[in-house]
Amino acid sequence: MRPASTPSVDRAVATMLPVRIIPCLDVRAGRVVKGVKFKGLADQGDPAALARAYEEQGADEVVVLDVTATTEARGTRLDTVRSVRARLSVPLAVGGGIRGVEDAEALLEAGADKVAVNTAALRRPDLLSELAARFGTQCVVLSIDALRVGGAYEVVVRSGTERMAVEATRWARHAVDLGAGEILLTSIDRDGTRSGYELPLLRAVREAVEVPIVASGGADDPGHMADAVRHGADAVLAASIFHQREWTVGRVKEALAALGVGIRP
Amino acid sequence: MSRSAPEVTVVRTSTANLASVVAGFERIGCRVRTTADAGRVARADRLVLPGVGAFAAAQGAIASHGLEDPLRERIERGRATLGICLGMQLMATGSEEAPGTPGLGVLDGVAGRFETGEQEWRVPQMGWNRVIPARGCTIVPPGYAYFANSYRLTARPAGWEPVWCEYAGRFLAAVECGAVVGCQFHPELSGAYGALLLNRWLEA
Repeated sequence: MRPASTPSVDRAVATMLPVRIIPCLDVRAGRVVKGVKFKGLADQGDPAALARAYEEQGADEVVVLDVTATTEARGTRLDTVRSVRARLSVPLAVGGGIRGVEDAEALLEAGADKVAVNTAALRRPDLLSELAARFGTQCVVLSIDALRVGGAYEVVVRSGTERMAVEATRWARHAVDLGAGEILLTSIDRDGTRSGYELPLLRAVREAVEVPIVASGGADDPGHMADAVRHGADAVLAASIFHQREWTVGRVKEALAALGVGIRP
Repeated sequence: MSRSAPEVTVVRTSTANLASVVAGFERIGCRVRTTADAGRVARADRLVLPGVGAFAAAQGAIASHGLEDPLRERIERGRATLGICLGMQLMATGSEEAPGTPGLGVLDGVAGRFETGEQEWRVPQMGWNRVIPARGCTIVPPGYAYFANSYRLTARPAGWEPVWCEYAGRFLAAVECGAVVGCQFHPELSGAYGALLLNRWLEA
């Protein structure tokens, strides 16, 4: 194990729930893929088998993102969600291509527990209130893909291809007011680079909202995850380090516990 | 020769997240049927009342299908019934989330929102928390369970064994009375812990 980049964590962390470790399955055409900065996707395996394996390792939740759903306008892959749900007994959040309440309902009926919305909510923020009214705020995850522009963070959509000229913390606050119950916060600059989470982004959004934040994009080791927790993350999402089998979820948890971060044993 | 699979009936209301509950019981070998029919709710050997979303909408759905009386009666008679998350709150007298909308009233208490004060408690509570059953509990085991809630009950209702949990103060993670169980958390999403609980309920 590498030396930790953070020797200890803030006292405030002691009041939180155990930090959730969330493997992310980026799915395309029914297979798990992973790229760098949202490009160059390579096959990583069967979603249901991977989800089950991660649960057995100790995953606290699993996220399935259909990374191509929006750009190819294919809708979300309900079959994938059904097959993952049949084998997974921890929470499942699903995102990608959700345009309206009907899309979300179909995903929930297929076995998702939460839906993550991104592009459609930016185009029509009322979608967040509609989802919260129908399914409850605990079901509504706002996914923010943020790009560093100067000293601030700008929201980008369509799998990172389109800049929106919207400031990320402002959008997060507005979205929570509308009904988002959790923020899945991805740094485009860090995605797949394994250089650590974008900590100033986490801190900025933490100061803007009170709902749980899932840190995403850039994890390479438990030290990075402890850093994210110290900067306000309630959960940490990672893909590459798990798919490439350098870390199991269980070993990540052992390392985090050794760093003083509360985990579910 | 195989033992016949236990049958579980799940109440189907429009706001509930049915698929996870159904899958949770199927994974442990149950045959699952869903219903919004009052007669089936009354007759079911083992009934699950799930629930996510808003209290008023869920209570309205129960009332519109005429399920209040059959639910109340089977719980009062101690027939195997499992309320999950909002399904547990619906068993209570009411909720601060929807003043003026009464619940089933089989649990004495009103669900209130987490009081976060100055500290950094996130609402909703979203994640795994440690639950501690009172000595008299026979179905809910100690361990980590998955919660996703903003409201909760805080006082032990008369006649029920409490399961406690801490989040911005002490609250009721679950209650049990014979084969009737209310869980504020989601056993169907609580991994091996949840499967153990569901199996114990099936045997109760």
